[in-house]
Amino acid sequence: MIFGQIFDDFQGLVDAAGNQAIISSIFLSLYAGFLATLIALVLGAPAGYILARFDFPGKRLVESIIDVPVVVPHTVAGIALLTVFGSRGLIGGPLENYIRFRDALPGIVVAMLFVSLPYLANSAREGFKSVDPRLENAARSLGAPLWKAFLFVTLPLSARHLLIGSIMTWARAISEFGAVVMIAYYPMIGPTLIYDRFLSYGLSASRPIAVLLILVTLSIFIVIRVLSAGWSIYDRD
Amino acid sequence: MIEIESLSRKWKNFALDNLSLKIESGEYFVILGPTGAGKTLLLELIAGFHSPDSGRILIDGKEVTHLPPEKHDLVFVYQDYSLFPHMSVKKNIEFGMRMKKIKSQDKLLEIANYLKIAHLLDRYPLKLSGGEQQRVALARALVTDPRILLLDEPLSALDPRTQESARELLLDLHKKKKLTVLHITHDQTEARIMADRIAVIMDGKLIQVGVPEEIFEKPVDSRVANFVGFENVLKGRVISADRGLLRIETGELIIDASGDMEVGSQVYAFLRPENIVLSKTSTQSSIRNSLQGRVTDVWTLGALVRVKVDCGITLNALITRQSAEEMGIFPGVSIYAQFKASSVHVLR
Repeated sequence: MIFGQIFDDFQGLVDAAGNQAIISSIFLSLYAGFLATLIALVLGAPAGYILARFDFPGKRLVESIIDVPVVVPHTVAGIALLTVFGSRGLIGGPLENYIRFRDALPGIVVAMLFVSLPYLANSAREGFKSVDPRLENAARSLGAPLWKAFLFVTLPLSARHLLIGSIMTWARAISEFGAVVMIAYYPMIGPTLIYDRFLSYGLSASRPIAVLLILVTLSIFIVIRVLSAGWSIYDRD
Repeated sequence: MIEIESLSRKWKNFALDNLSLKIESGEYFVILGPTGAGKTLLLELIAGFHSPDSGRILIDGKEVTHLPPEKHDLVFVYQDYSLFPHMSVKKNIEFGMRMKKIKSQDKLLEIANYLKIAHLLDRYPLKLSGGEQQRVALARALVTDPRILLLDEPLSALDPRTQESARELLLDLHKKKKLTVLHITHDQTEARIMADRIAVIMDGKLIQVGVPEEIFEKPVDSRVANFVGFENVLKGRVISADRGLLRIETGELIIDASGDMEVGSQVYAFLRPENIVLSKTSTQSSIRNSLQGRVTDVWTLGALVRVKVDCGITLNALITRQSAEEMGIFPGVSIYAQFKASSVHVLR
């Protein structure tokens, strides 16, 4: 598809790259995905740490619940999110005067977060599990409170897992369509715009946007991977 | 001083059961026990990595039972040394200094020189040998000036030659820094050489506490005796008792032992391999037991030779290599195994 676009209709690709609406929708995809990933880090990393280090009743249940977004159809996820975050929803209702989810950036971020959080939580859990708890114990006995032992020992040693988890999360967030389109058709993210153009104008109008989206995200991922290649030396697995 | 009062804790398939122990300041205290006895769990409880189910731990009179590890005012060194793999040797040593706000670089260099790791400061732990890693772990621990050092099997990951120098190093550190050292091991020789006092722990229970002589010469029961290396354990019956001299029937043999037991009681007689003298002839001497037998096996263990002798019962003897060579001890050779009545330790 990429080569087809480049060789058969290079001009279409150039036009798409110069189109303000297309560029801002791709940028919105990347930006909303980035915000979702940041929130996922804040929520998913501590959850992953707790799951890796502590045993408690109901741990299996929690682990299963974390995986739920991976298995439900994303239109179902969208409906569920709309129910909770809509203007009469459990969360959306009380917050209505402060923050609007329906057809707004927060809605896009929430939808992306919901479907991508499991990737980060699971990756973080595996990362923290790979760090020997005895290293933390050694740090604690040298005078470090738990948060410092985490910050200086556990976190650097699981950084690569967290980074890979973040890339996966971001990638998953950018690729989300079903849940986003239910809660926020506008403002249009890349996939929504592609769908919209396809319905209105057909394949030749939507393909350049699709190729452009792929090229932009692919190059960002390649750069991150290359920059982080040296991090693997402390991985025990 | 570390005081442990009625400590109990369950952990996976281990359990410590109502354990009480007092370790004096400045003591080199060894906790000895077989693998799986709960020694590491005990040490981790003292360090505060786990909370006990019941009981109390006091360090220098202050209760620390439920305080976090960083408030226990001691340093724990693991068997695998647990150096931080992402930090250089220098950063590893500086970690504790940073946590305890010690700034002095002189101090770091002083300890690095003392432990002979000054040339390793810029290296990374995974590139070091076991002995070097241990010295880095000790430097990291000692630079914070702890009064108490907890050592989890500190020598078991080292090869025999390094073990010897590490033993000397630990004893030297203990003396110079006036440290209270709590050292756990499953190796009775290590315990005997290093300890001021020894506690024997088996199946999560404290079985015996005492100076090494007490533990090795007067084990309180047959499990301790077996564990601390009485390799010859003979089961028998007392057939006569006269002024502290017992005659014990074991199989078809009769041996003399010193002790106080009632005639007719079933006993275990313990005899250390190094207390057996091997001789080609049965000469008259003060040695009360002289059993004729045949050598069945010979193993060389460095400077020593372990000889298995079949005298109706099988005895393990430990003699020097020189003696073995001069006497021509090989499997099949006929020999006398002799031992004094006073070196037989009799337990009911």
